[in-house]
Amino acid sequence: MAEKLDVRGLSCPLPVVKVRNKLTELKEGLLEVLVDTGTAKDNITRMANNNGWKVETKEQGEEYLLIINK
Amino acid sequence: MNLKNWFLSRKIIIITGAFIGIAATVLQKLGNPANMGICVACFERDIAGALGFHRAAIVQYIRPEIIGFVLGSLVAALLFKEFKPRGGSSPLIRFVLGFLAMIGSLAFLGCPWRALLRLSGGDGNALFGIAGLVAGVSIGIFFIRSGYNLGRNERTRPLASWVLSSIMVGLLLLLNFRTQLPTGAVFFSTEGPGSQYAPVLIALLIALVIGFIAQRTRFCTVAAARDVLLIKDTYLFTGVVSLVIAAWISNIVLGQFNPGFSGQPVAHTNQLWNFGGMVLAGLAFALAGGCPGRQLFLSGEGDTDAAVFVLGMIFGAGFAHNFATASSGSGPGVWGPAAVITGLIICLLIGFFMSDLSKKKKEVSV
Repeated sequence: MAEKLDVRGLSCPLPVVKVRNKLTELKEGLLEVLVDTGTAKDNITRMANNNGWKVETKEQGEEYLLIINK
Repeated sequence: MNLKNWFLSRKIIIITGAFIGIAATVLQKLGNPANMGICVACFERDIAGALGFHRAAIVQYIRPEIIGFVLGSLVAALLFKEFKPRGGSSPLIRFVLGFLAMIGSLAFLGCPWRALLRLSGGDGNALFGIAGLVAGVSIGIFFIRSGYNLGRNERTRPLASWVLSSIMVGLLLLLNFRTQLPTGAVFFSTEGPGSQYAPVLIALLIALVIGFIAQRTRFCTVAAARDVLLIKDTYLFTGVVSLVIAAWISNIVLGQFNPGFSGQPVAHTNQLWNFGGMVLAGLAFALAGGCPGRQLFLSGEGDTDAAVFVLGMIFGAGFAHNFATASSGSGPGVWGPAAVITGLIICLLIGFFMSDLSKKKKEVSV
């Protein structure tokens, strides 16, 4: 069962900070993140990749679902 | 790599920084004030003056660069389907932060963009401003780590997101028809920095390009420092370093590099308030989530909270000159130090009360 995080509507840098904290806590596994801006999507993807996590992006209308796993 | 991701490569942020650096020095060569090829705070201050919000006669002009930043970002956001009408994340606090960011910037005499450009032009006083900026951002990071949050924004109807862009179009019309306006309707400096400007069309085109690529690359001078310190991400920092190096080389080529501390253009040598002003500005920008340029780019893509911050800055510019808090070449304004200290206290209160520090024992959710 994947952990879920909703960072929609949060200003920079809170989306990436919240996801980073969660990934640090998880260490490995699966995290699904709901994002609503391109900037947050890009920041989270870059941060996760830099820390060895793989990120799959699914567009859901005007939002994005990021599936992050390690 | 698709086009959307292409804009996010390290190579492109380096090119973006270099383009902004070179563009700023060329705009200076074409007429903009020295070491002020681009300055978001100064240019918004000039717009405030042109509209009569302050009567400092030497800093009144409708700067097409500000207009181009917003509209360039708007075009990019529409093209790449990132125009998202949104708002409602503590707009009044964002207005106050914009106001205080301007008070701090005008104590130093420049925003983070100009601090970098002053440095690349040889102005050593900028080092104290940049040190203050990093200190201010660091205080902001402390609050962010302590749960600082202005609350979630919500999707809104599209009309709200067109307001600032519409104001920019209105300003462009005023600029275009300035010679036909009745005397006293809009003010344009006849001497001083406000009277120095690059040709309107060239400035507008360059700013449109910068607005476009900055929206795509997420260029932000405050996040550059913040991301390195907070999440060890050097992506934006690379762009800022690129800006400084490119502007420095371009200044040397164009004969605009004058190293030193005294006699620097539109600058003063009171290092305490160069530093202090930018501590305030850096903290206010960090608490608002981005530098003044970034706030314009966000406004273009539909973020009405960022637009409120921009209006706060313009209001702050009017206040800074009407109440003598803005510095001049001879040093801080009469009320500058008091305004900076008061601003810092207000920012610290905002940081405290909008974070978990104020409710340590309660459950916090956003």
